[in-house]
Amino acid sequence: MSNDSKILVDVRNLKKHFVKSKDLLGRPSGVLKAVDGVSFQIRQGETFGLVGESGSGKSTVGRCLLRLYDYTAGEVRFDGQNISSLDEKQLKPFRRKIQSIFQDPYSSLNPGMNVLELIGEPMNIHGLYSGDERKEAVAALLERVGLKREHLYRYPHEFSGGQRQRISIARALSVRPDFVVCDEPISALDVSVQAQVVNMLEDLQAEFGLTYLFIAHDLSMVRHISDRIGVMYKGRLVEVADSDELYDNPLHPYTQALLSAIPVPDPHAVSERIVWTDAIAEGEAHELREVSPGHFVALP
Amino acid sequence: MTERLLSVDGLRVSFRTRDGDNQAVRGVSFHIDAGETVGIVGESGSGKSVTAKAIMSLIQPPGEIIAGSIEFRGERLNDLPEKTWRKLRGNRISMVFQDPMTSLNPVKRIGDQMTEVIRRHRGLKADEALAEAIRLLREVGIADPERRVRQYPHEFSGGMRQRVMIAMALSCSPELLIADEPTTALDVTIQAQILELFKQLKANPDTAVALITHDLGVVAQVCTRVIVMYGGMIMEEGTVEDIFYRAQHPYTLGLLRSVPKRAGGGRERLIAIEGTPPDLLDPPPGCPFMERCPHAMAKCAELPPMFHIGPGHRSLCWLAEDDHPPEKSASGDVRHKEATL
Repeated sequence: MSNDSKILVDVRNLKKHFVKSKDLLGRPSGVLKAVDGVSFQIRQGETFGLVGESGSGKSTVGRCLLRLYDYTAGEVRFDGQNISSLDEKQLKPFRRKIQSIFQDPYSSLNPGMNVLELIGEPMNIHGLYSGDERKEAVAALLERVGLKREHLYRYPHEFSGGQRQRISIARALSVRPDFVVCDEPISALDVSVQAQVVNMLEDLQAEFGLTYLFIAHDLSMVRHISDRIGVMYKGRLVEVADSDELYDNPLHPYTQALLSAIPVPDPHAVSERIVWTDAIAEGEAHELREVSPGHFVALP
Repeated sequence: MTERLLSVDGLRVSFRTRDGDNQAVRGVSFHIDAGETVGIVGESGSGKSVTAKAIMSLIQPPGEIIAGSIEFRGERLNDLPEKTWRKLRGNRISMVFQDPMTSLNPVKRIGDQMTEVIRRHRGLKADEALAEAIRLLREVGIADPERRVRQYPHEFSGGMRQRVMIAMALSCSPELLIADEPTTALDVTIQAQILELFKQLKANPDTAVALITHDLGVVAQVCTRVIVMYGGMIMEEGTVEDIFYRAQHPYTLGLLRSVPKRAGGGRERLIAIEGTPPDLLDPPPGCPFMERCPHAMAKCAELPPMFHIGPGHRSLCWLAEDDHPPEKSASGDVRHKEATL
């Protein structure tokens, strides 16, 4: 990815706190800081990987970018425009440009809708195509994601997990988005099917000039698909770098621990696990600093 | 000479459904020797978990073992009365499941749940059992076990609960521990801790482990022998070196190639296995992988026998026919005999 392409998504000091409990007067007494000051940029046509363990806040970041959540603080600029404070009506054009693919292809498709309705629904909402024209567009998309025209009138339960994820992808692409948030899109798929879906996401990216945020916990797949990767820990980014740089030269002890924990599919691989127990206490977190071109790390 | 601990011979398990019989396991034969760690690899629908449940006699209607035998130390386990099973299960053979959240009783203290097992199978007194529970928790790496035994499952993290499950499974020093996807629900750093435990178990000659997983990395790190399953059958079996360096079966090769290489990086395209796993309601009569196999030929419509590749290394694929003899199936696996005629 060339460095001169424009910045499409610009996240500045994003915070999302959930109120866990309130006191007698309704004032928040317990707050979960799911995302606590996260900044990063994604360039047009780039895939930015976001990794971290459960509870690190990576999915919450994705949901904030989709404005499924209103955030506590910070701003998100999309193509130069601040979309943080737009109301639903002003947001509508952005809802078309920013689409999502979720982990579970079983619960993310309405079981009562057939494929034509499922993929046509976003087109309907955004007023793209109608009648036969829409049917043709849906059929073309279906073929593009490796399914067949005959599948138009079938229902989700008639498809395997991998096929359902293809339907989800076709649905996301039906309104010609610029940016797709992929939240664990392959985690629920069989190993032998994961590579198919990853290859397809890469092909579609090249064909439609898509920009991806790829959220996952499978670190080897993230390295494969991402141009740059951000590592999240307890609601903050601890390291951001080009993917090869991050894997070859991780600087933050948490990144090192995370990478060394990946079981390598080679019985003779000598791997020494780095254990990191030094949890960052609240309030002690450090800001990201650029230590070499494009490599940022949050260390004292 | 190693001791034969478990022999599974021609195992077939089906589940009755409205749409017909789901033939989850279709003639599976293998063995596990005392003290060894065997990986059973496969994706969902390969039959790996159903095989494990059959060994534990946990198949419930509409599921049914329709053929085959399971022997443990030479004793036939099928048709044992449930009463006899209760002495065996959790004592000489125990199992750890994928989800530690649902396998523990949420309203009972961890210590009580552990001592219940220990007292039932080992006949210890309450205080002795508690001391044993504390010792086991310490052994699986739980800090401050004296305090922890008084806590409830919700006070434990996912990784710690899985360690409690493993501690419970090990509490009676079983001869065989079956672990069904024990790390799948866990984060990678927690998974690494649990895998350390399995590596220690590997060195323990008294406990054999059958580790069921879809993760080739886990297998490579922990197992000595690997069984690769697909479509309810064993596709290939061998040592970890056989499987990772000398794989013969196109399915095994496909699986190995479809995971991104960690070394070297680069954005080269992944080599995917096209297609989807077979429908076990109506499985193909021949090789289950035929439809997705890049080497498929006319002959594959007929089920191949297991070919003997080397000591302990076998592959269910016609490609091995020219260079390798078919295995003499000692088992009653009739289809294989028919296929070779």
